[in-house]
Amino acid sequence: MAEKVLMKGNEAIAEAAIRAGCMHYFGYPITPQTEIAAYMAKRMPKIGGVFLQAESEVSAINMVYGVAAAGFRVMTSSSSPGVSLKQEGISYIAGADLPALIVNVQRGGPGLGGIQPSQSDYFQATKGGGHGDYRLIVLAPASVQEMADLTVKAFDLADKYRVPAMLLADGTMGQMMEPVELPEPQNSNVEKPWAVRGTNNQRKHNVVNSLYLKPEILEQTNFERFERYKKIEENECIYEEFMMDDAEYCVVAFGIAARISKNAVIEARKQGIKVGLIRPITLWPFPKAPLAKAAKQVKGFVSVELSMGQMIEDVKLAVNCSKPVNLCNRVGGMIPSPEQVLESIKNLVKEAE
Amino acid sequence: MIVFQKPKALTDAPFHYCPGCTHGIIHRLVAEAIDELGIEGKTVGVAPVGCAVMAYDYFACDMVEAAHGRAPAIATGLKRCMPENIVFTYQGDGDLASIGMAETVHAAARNENITIIFVNNAIYGMTGGQMAPTSLPGQVTQTSPYGRDTKTAGFPIKVSEMLATLEGPQYIERVAVNNVKNIKNAKKAILKAFKNQTENKGFSLIEIISTCPTNWGMTPSKALEWVDEKMIPHYPLGVYRDKDKEAE
Amino acid sequence: MTTQILIAGFGGQGVLFAGKCLAYEGLFEEKQVSWLPSYGPEMRGGTASCGVILSDEPVGSPIVSNPDILLAMNLPSFDKYESQIVKGGKAIVDSTLIERKAERSDIDAFYIPATKMAAEAGVPTLANMIMLGKMIKESGVVSIDNAVEAMKKVVSAKRADLLEANVKALMAGYNY
Repeated sequence: MAEKVLMKGNEAIAEAAIRAGCMHYFGYPITPQTEIAAYMAKRMPKIGGVFLQAESEVSAINMVYGVAAAGFRVMTSSSSPGVSLKQEGISYIAGADLPALIVNVQRGGPGLGGIQPSQSDYFQATKGGGHGDYRLIVLAPASVQEMADLTVKAFDLADKYRVPAMLLADGTMGQMMEPVELPEPQNSNVEKPWAVRGTNNQRKHNVVNSLYLKPEILEQTNFERFERYKKIEENECIYEEFMMDDAEYCVVAFGIAARISKNAVIEARKQGIKVGLIRPITLWPFPKAPLAKAAKQVKGFVSVELSMGQMIEDVKLAVNCSKPVNLCNRVGGMIPSPEQVLESIKNLVKEAE
Repeated sequence: MIVFQKPKALTDAPFHYCPGCTHGIIHRLVAEAIDELGIEGKTVGVAPVGCAVMAYDYFACDMVEAAHGRAPAIATGLKRCMPENIVFTYQGDGDLASIGMAETVHAAARNENITIIFVNNAIYGMTGGQMAPTSLPGQVTQTSPYGRDTKTAGFPIKVSEMLATLEGPQYIERVAVNNVKNIKNAKKAILKAFKNQTENKGFSLIEIISTCPTNWGMTPSKALEWVDEKMIPHYPLGVYRDKDKEAE
Repeated sequence: MTTQILIAGFGGQGVLFAGKCLAYEGLFEEKQVSWLPSYGPEMRGGTASCGVILSDEPVGSPIVSNPDILLAMNLPSFDKYESQIVKGGKAIVDSTLIERKAERSDIDAFYIPATKMAAEAGVPTLANMIMLGKMIKESGVVSIDNAVEAMKKVVSAKRADLLEANVKALMAGYNY
């Protein structure tokens, strides 16, 4: 086993990306994710990689588009307002079927918002923040270890399906330090015959493109893309179940909210309440099946979020509104306490009785 | 004996450009330069949004289609991960000088080792003839129906002059393609812009004064005359930056 | 067993670094640890704080809102956080910068003139380590031997001089 080191979540993302074979990073400073750019600026020149501080988020994502078109692993990172600026490029990357990683270390919004942690970009990440029908593979780490592991996973999935991936973290995850066992360096050897690296006068030219002026062809590309999305939904959904075996109530939470909820679940169990936790790790694809299964077992759900209630819509859809789904939340950079979550669990119990 | 043939760097796809539009000439000059330098196999082009949006169908090298104005950023990504390849963008005035100005200026400031073919015809052609950042004062367009009023719509941007104020760029020249002499000069400039990149000299931008007979509302031959009468006086041809010359 | 520690003071007092050392010490003892700083403009001269959790179980929430131990390195921090310490918890107070005593009687408060001691020892930037040493002494949350070992991990090998000074300050606090 490799030695565990203490690292900030943001730094763990950067180092894991490099170990996943990502040699190209384009970014723009914004709190609370700037450590990623700083780490890349320090490391990339020493390992023959590329770090470039772009003139804007818009440019950064388009530089990513360029490298992705050439078939190399590439990433950018930002925080909420910056990720909004990247949406145009993300839509193009999705439309051109390119693999790439976008990291969003979320902060409170809307607008300039604040700099404290938030999960209010859930809709933007999972429902398509840019124009057109498309999906991102969205991974939500809940520890520094997962910041590293899911970064590698995101690159692998993006390459496998030719779909851009997003790591959806938040200010706490980015700033906190925890012991982390860094992944072994790997070489990504995924064949990318579609990449534009020059024809070498050996083949017809490749074109990386999202423009299809004939509607019947554009429709077909959408159909084909959604076939791939279907496969991702079937094969790549990840979640964690905690104390769900005999649970009569279920908390649903991801990222930092899941960690807080775990404390509340443990405390509730001590007080005799049979409650468990389902933690979506992939937010898209969303773990519909385990929630649907839980709906047959439990009397109700609490969705714990650092938003005004975004994931709760997916929870309700997954359980087909067959059981009550309550919201426990704080927003604007505020974080719910385990006590608040416990209170919500107790309220749910009261309502169910 | 072969007297005339299509450059190898062009595909067989017929151009969609309007009659009398000089995009076709410029495409050909770019392709000839690629042929002459023997770089087709390692060239990657970036097409804009605008009339040349489908340039990816016409150039036989690998191509990427960019979002509006973002071609220099995409070219930066391509060049940075493949420094041995040749990367060029082909952009119009709306794409490069309006929505993509930031990308243009910063690529120039970084002396990014790419080649930019900038086609300036003082109008948005693809969308049907709206005012461009380079439309002349008084020029009538769909969105300046009473003529470009500099009091409310500002002044045209002289891209070559502006970029030449930066320390970064290697080579900036403005040329035209409205007569044989100008076409020959344009060819020389484009060739040099690509050659610079093969020699790792950095950012080269060729601004090419072009025509839009359709949206200017003129016959093709009148449009060529209008370039001499109106465009070139406002956009003087010449070399605005050449670090080679400065070094001599 | 889980111990939640909050270290708070002015930006520039080494609050975050002290927390990082503590987290490493926990890691050295194979505990589960987390370290979460306050971040943003308040770091520049305003108040800075970080929460460290050392536990035998996986750490749930990394947010320390009710610390078992508070290290207060300035008055605003003591004012702000004294009331949040758990009943029966501890406060380590830099008595150079905080003249008042604890208002609560249900916590154990320990006073140490860390800033003055650091200045007199010629290491004015190391009051944080003196505070940390005192905290280790009074809480036993990690062993002092392991703390010294862990320090070697945190302070870069190139700065052996810094390491020595840090260890000295740590021991000064421990032995006060």
